[in-house]
Amino acid sequence: MTTAEIREEIIDILENIAPDEDLGGLKDDVSFREQLSLDSMDFLDIVMELRKRWRVQVPEEDYQNLRSMTSTVTYLEPKMRDLKRA
Amino acid sequence: MYDTIIIGGGLSGLAAGIRLAMYDRRVCILERHTTIGGLNSYYWLGGRLYDVGLHAVTNYRPKGTKRGPLARVLRQLRISWDELHLSEQLGSLVSFPGVQLEFSNDLALLESQVASKFPRQIDGFRRMVASLKDYEELDLTSSGPSAREMLASYLDDPLLVDMLLCPLLYYGSARERDMDWCQFQIMFRSIYCDGLSRPAEGIKIILKTLTRKYKSLGGELRLRSGVQRLITAGDRVTGVVLEDGTVLEASQVMSSAGWFETAQMCDPPLPCKTDEAGQLTFVESITMLDRQPRDFDFHKTIVFYNDSDRFDWKKPDGLVDLRSGGISAPNNFAYDEPLAEGAVRVTSLANFDRWRELPVDEYRRQKQICYEAMVAAAVRHVPNFRPYAKATDVFTPTTIRRFTSHANGAVYGSPQKRYDGRTPLKNLFLCGSDQGFVGIIGAMVSGLSMANAHCLSELAKTDVQPVVPS
Ligand SMILES: Cc1cc2nc3c(=O)[nH]c(=O)nc-3n(C[C@H](O)[C@H](O)[C@H](O)COP(=O)(O)OP(=O)(O)OC[C@H]3O[C@@H](n4cnc5c(N)ncnc54)[C@H](O)[C@@H]3O)c2cc1C
Repeated sequence: MTTAEIREEIIDILENIAPDEDLGGLKDDVSFREQLSLDSMDFLDIVMELRKRWRVQVPEEDYQNLRSMTSTVTYLEPKMRDLKRA
Repeated sequence: MYDTIIIGGGLSGLAAGIRLAMYDRRVCILERHTTIGGLNSYYWLGGRLYDVGLHAVTNYRPKGTKRGPLARVLRQLRISWDELHLSEQLGSLVSFPGVQLEFSNDLALLESQVASKFPRQIDGFRRMVASLKDYEELDLTSSGPSAREMLASYLDDPLLVDMLLCPLLYYGSARERDMDWCQFQIMFRSIYCDGLSRPAEGIKIILKTLTRKYKSLGGELRLRSGVQRLITAGDRVTGVVLEDGTVLEASQVMSSAGWFETAQMCDPPLPCKTDEAGQLTFVESITMLDRQPRDFDFHKTIVFYNDSDRFDWKKPDGLVDLRSGGISAPNNFAYDEPLAEGAVRVTSLANFDRWRELPVDEYRRQKQICYEAMVAAAVRHVPNFRPYAKATDVFTPTTIRRFTSHANGAVYGSPQKRYDGRTPLKNLFLCGSDQGFVGIIGAMVSGLSMANAHCLSELAKTDVQPVVPS
């Protein structure tokens, strides 16, 4: 997956978590917490979705990397670059 | 073999089930009754659909709100705001001897009512409101101080304290006379700051939405499947035995049956004192009307009344305590279309033991007497609806006990909450009222947060097999 595809995948996960949210204007460098009011339960869902969809594991000590879109994509790139979207 | 067995198909069990099924846990909800919903279910009588518990859904927030319990429930269960079909209340009232306080889904109304009826208390009221913590900031690890004690540091008029507490105790206190300060803050926000709403179709639409979601995720629901006992080995539970003898194994059990009730189900029983079972319960009278309440000038959504000098929130000595109650008009919400029929429901505190002792004929007779007395008490505070009655029903603490299996027909469970949901058995957890959250939204928050805390957070830490790159 390219970084652009990883980003799309994250958007898809966020859409799933917050169905009433308009993600069109999401700013990549601003934290999810601030923009979408995501809390620890929502971050658990991002982790669980990555696991379910891509079998990607995010250890607890790495949760901080899921702060914003930019940091998330940077963190996931090495874990996901060899994966292929269907 | 299941990953998780959930005891109880009420709102907390369904919410927990959805969370677990969403992440592919093999999960089974076991419900003793013939239908789901528990304390907030519905039933058919004389060709009509009646709600058991629904007066109002608390925690109302407009579509798009990102924080708070309603937003959390919607996100975590992947339900969109529109699916709940919520319509806001028209306005409610706390009615005490000689003084009334109106409130709505805008806290400013309550504030202005306090300012005009209790001018000396308004500064304290404002300070108290400013001090309230956000839901997220509350420390729910212990019970903490009493709400009455904390309120006394802001307000020195006991009448105002009683009036503010009345709706909150009615909608969520398992503790006599008082509630925990952290529960008070949750309830104050849920009712006075967020507000009340209702789906036109009643609780059925919410239960249908949850069940559909649960089943579409592969969750299994078994009705008429009462758990008779929990099989234990050392400090673990290994499975359950149903009333028909079926044995089901599970790595984990989550119970919404109540702490006392669950402790009794364990074999051998877990140590639990009888005073850990809840005591507070209700009689409810329902009157179906031949017209809409507004046709005879009844516009309030809920009226909480009290007729005595001090508001007394405790188990009554007699069958029912008519000195206070909650009067609700399901029609008085801002629906797009008016409901087909008018209705008024009156709820008052009741004594389970007194109802249970009655022989069958006497029970029927007392139900009728109780109905008349409840209506007579209510119409001192709302327009007289008696002439428009076309059908009535009453349910009592023994009815609640029969259909939910809660000891004493208790509505809000044990006065001592177990906020972490843990029990002496390592893989047996509680959700629902006895974990700490009550009401429709509260029960769902409880179920989903216990599923997260005791299953999904742990699962997230275990290793996954990576997909082999192709
Ligand atoms: C009269 C009344 C009015 C109410 N009004 C409102 C209101 O207006 N607004 C609001 O928000 N809340 C209201 N409530 C409160 C709300 O209904 C409850 O707080 C909520 O439904 C509790 O959900 P729960 O999942 O914790 O428990 P429950 O709904 O009690 O779920 C427990 C389930 O477990 C099942 N069970 C128990 N033992 C066993 C066993 N051994 N085996 C299998 N199954 C078992 C029971 O049958 C039940 O279905 C009201 C309640 C009542 C009774």
